Order: sequence, then structure tokens, then C-alpha cells
Amino acid sequence: MTLETEPVVLNMGPQHPSTHGVFRMRVTFDGEVIVDFEPVFGYLHRGIEKLGEHKTYLQNMPYTDRLDYLASMSNNMAYAMAVEKLAGIEVPERAEYLRVIMAELMRLSSHLVGVGALFNDMGAFMTPFIYMYREREKILDLFDMVCGQRLTYNYMRFGGVSQDIPEEFMPTLKRFIDEMPGYIDEYDQLLAENEIVLARSKGVGILPADKAINASVSGPVLRGSGVKWDLRKNNPYSIYDRFDFEIPTGKVGDVYDRYRVRVEEMRQSVRIVRQAMEQLPEGEVRTRVPTPFKPPPGEAYVPIEAPKGELGFYLVSDGSAKPYRFKIRAPSFINLTVLRDLVLGWKLADAIIIFGSIDICMGEVDR
Amino acid sequence: MIKTLAGAEVARQIGEQLPDTVTGSDETTVFVRSEAILDVARFLKESLDFDYLVSITAVDFLDHFDVIYHLRSMKNNYSVVLRTKCADRQSPSVPSVVSLWQGADLQEREVYDLMGISFEGHPNMKRIVLWEGYKGHPLRKDFILDVPGGGKAT
Repeated sequence: MTLETEPVVLNMGPQHPSTHGVFRMRVTFDGEVIVDFEPVFGYLHRGIEKLGEHKTYLQNMPYTDRLDYLASMSNNMAYAMAVEKLAGIEVPERAEYLRVIMAELMRLSSHLVGVGALFNDMGAFMTPFIYMYREREKILDLFDMVCGQRLTYNYMRFGGVSQDIPEEFMPTLKRFIDEMPGYIDEYDQLLAENEIVLARSKGVGILPADKAINASVSGPVLRGSGVKWDLRKNNPYSIYDRFDFEIPTGKVGDVYDRYRVRVEEMRQSVRIVRQAMEQLPEGEVRTRVPTPFKPPPGEAYVPIEAPKGELGFYLVSDGSAKPYRFKIRAPSFINLTVLRDLVLGWKLADAIIIFGSIDICMGEVDR
Repeated sequence: MIKTLAGAEVARQIGEQLPDTVTGSDETTVFVRSEAILDVARFLKESLDFDYLVSITAVDFLDHFDVIYHLRSMKNNYSVVLRTKCADRQSPSVPSVVSLWQGADLQEREVYDLMGISFEGHPNMKRIVLWEGYKGHPLRKDFILDVPGGGKAT
């Protein structure tokens, strides 16, 4: 009698705590080793690109909040910049500074969730996550002050931001920015050299630099592979050329490097916010745009460095009040291109942290 | 700053190597014939160092589709836009560039799913965000939204 073996197919998700939203992975195992992997998308597809063609330019702003809902400010900024390029609108200096402050706070907040969730996946269930939510909460309070919302901000407008910051914002922000480096040190004390973390993440899910570039990967995943590429430096949009900061990179491109890049980026974001606070000028926060707002026919692609990578809006205008085409280059979606190659040959528990280290947001993947 | 290469200059270089592929150019963009897209893309990648495919997208202009490739060179920090027309509305198709840039994989599937342009030579050309059996392609301008169980293309 001969013993026969066959591969086992396992469905992970779409409802599963480790899939960071409604993402499904169809994983084929030989014993415990992954031999085939297929990501299944679309459970959160709301057709935002199609909706965008049926709404006016300004009506689309709240929809951008719902792309990567952990980084709504960045989405607002990218969309506002794309429309400004299309219509040739200038932004007042104070508004540029406010945008940068919000975008960098958003990066801090998004990386806190990303790193916290990664440790959740690694088995440090909820403790690091809640530590990081403690600081995220303070950032959300700051956003609440400027626009009255904690998740979907709808704060930026074409030609600036919707309103100036209230009086109590700056003192609160200063207190937070003074405290934040200490908190990051605290995470590092607890986690960076932790033996379990090292054993689980070092050398796991290695993404070589040439492959990362070839697969259009961007953001911390690309930099974790050692590619020094950050649109804030390589294509200094807004006023990023006025700030002094570094681009952290990894060496080997494993899960650990991607985690470290995010932590170092948090430190750099604190630096940028501090400089922006010092330089913040007085003045208008919004230029008037003509109403009804109809950009001239043409097209514009504007990318920014969002927390998860290169977020770009490609807009085509036919001269009417609604975009003719409203295309979103979503970093989370394109970063998932490499997931299959990264997880093949690993076990399921490794696949989960490799997936966690890419740090996706399903609102942006499915759109 | 990422430098935007002049479309005319890139078009000239492509034209020298691959005659009869370029149909026009403007400040940022090179227009090429759709059958030649893979050859032109290979030339841009290998000779002009366009190592990074930023995005692939398509726009429906009713009498034709435009497929748009945003390309960038990380090595030299410059960018160009490659654009091609696809006039066949019944079964539009352009060659896939996934053999050059892996980053085209999911993006081409997305264009196929939502715009209905298929990419010849893609190893896994099927729907990505909508389900198998869905009728029509929602991002087309003549798509009608209100049919239960999926849309309807006219």
C-alpha cells in the first residue's frame, strides 16, 4: 500500500483579525509550507473612481477620506494638490505649513497603527497595539480640534485648508511633539531588541531592492529594501524642501527592516513637525477659487509620499464641474503585487507577519 | 525634483530605434501605436533606464480608449508618459508589459476589470475587484448602473 499526500487549500479571511480588513488569501500548503498563494480582492470595492466622475470636484474631497482611512489627511492633500495643478491655483504659505503639519501627524498616526498591528500579528497580542493607540489618540484629538472629526477629516480645500487652527491647537501640539520621542524610545526599549521579535522577523520575507523597484513597490516597503527613495526628498512637493530630515532605509528588506524604517520615519516626522511649528507664518489659509469651479480641460498626475507609499491622483478634466476621469494610484494596492513571492516557502504564521509588514489599508486597496 | 523629459525628445530617440511606432508627442507625453507598446516599453526600460512603472490607467473617450503609462527612472530621476489609443470597442486589447515590470500585474488586471481592455500576454488576465460573471465594465462611459446582480454595458 502506498501513502498518498495532496496539497491542502486554506481560506484566510475575508473576516479574520490578521487580514487588516476584508482581505482574503487563498493559501495552498504542502504540509506546513506554503506552495501557492492567491490574494482575493474586492470585498470593500465601492467604486470610488466611478463615483468620482459623478460628483463635483469638491464633493469628491470627502470620498478621498475613505480611501486609506488611516491616513485621510494625506489623501486630502494629494487630491487637493492634483486639482490645484489642474486648475493652476496657488496655495498661501500658512496653508502649506498647516498641510505639512497635518500630513506628518498623519504619518505618525498611520505608522503607529501599522507597527502596532504588526506586533499583534506577531503574537504580542494587543499590548503594543494599545500602547501605540495611546499616542494615536492624542493625534486624533489634535485633528478633532482643527476640523471636528477624528477619522474622516475633509480638512483640505483647493487653495488651502478649510479653516485656520484654533488657539489651543499649538500648545497641545507642542506638548505632544515634546513627548513623542520619549514614547518612541519606550516602544524601542520594549520591542526593538526583544528576542521573540528578532526571531520572528529577522530574515523573514526578504524583498530584494531590484525586485521591489521592478514591482512598483513604494513607501516604507521600498525603503526597507534599502532603496533611498522618498518623494518628499526626490520630488520636494509643497514646502518639503525647507525642512531638514533624513530618509531611513533598511539593509536586507526583511520584516524587521520594514518595521524599523517605520519607527525611524516617526522620528523624522517629529522633526519635520517641530520645524514647521517654528516656521509657521501668519496669514491667509485659503485662496478664493472661482465658483462654479470648473478647471480648464487638461490632465494632471500628482503623487505624494503618503504613509503607505506613493499616493497619486490622475485627473482628466473636460472643462465641466466634474472630473472626466478620477484615477487613484493606491500604494497599498500596488505594494501587494509582491506578496505572493514573499510568502512562498514560508509557513502560515510567517505569511501573516509578512502581510502585516506591508501595512495595507483595504479602503485603499479595493477603493 | 523629478525632471519631466520632453515628449518630443523621447519620441525622437524611440523613432531612431523603432521606426513607425510613434504617432505623436507633446511636452510630457509620447503617443505610440498600441501594437508597439511592448517594444517601446522595452526600449525605454533597457536603453533609457525607466526602471519604475508608476501607474497604468485607461480613459474612455467613447470613440476610443487611451491607455496611459506613467514611467519613471529612479536611477536618473526623470519621468515620461506613454500613451496609446485603442479604437476597438468590442474587444479592445493591448500587449501586456508585465514581462518587463512586475508592477503591471495587478494594475493591468484592474484596468481589464473596470475598463474592459485586455492585456495580451498577461499570465492571469481575470477580474480583480469585481466577481467572475459580472456583466460589463463600470468605468466605461456607457455603463448603466442599475441592473441587479451587476451592471449592463450597452
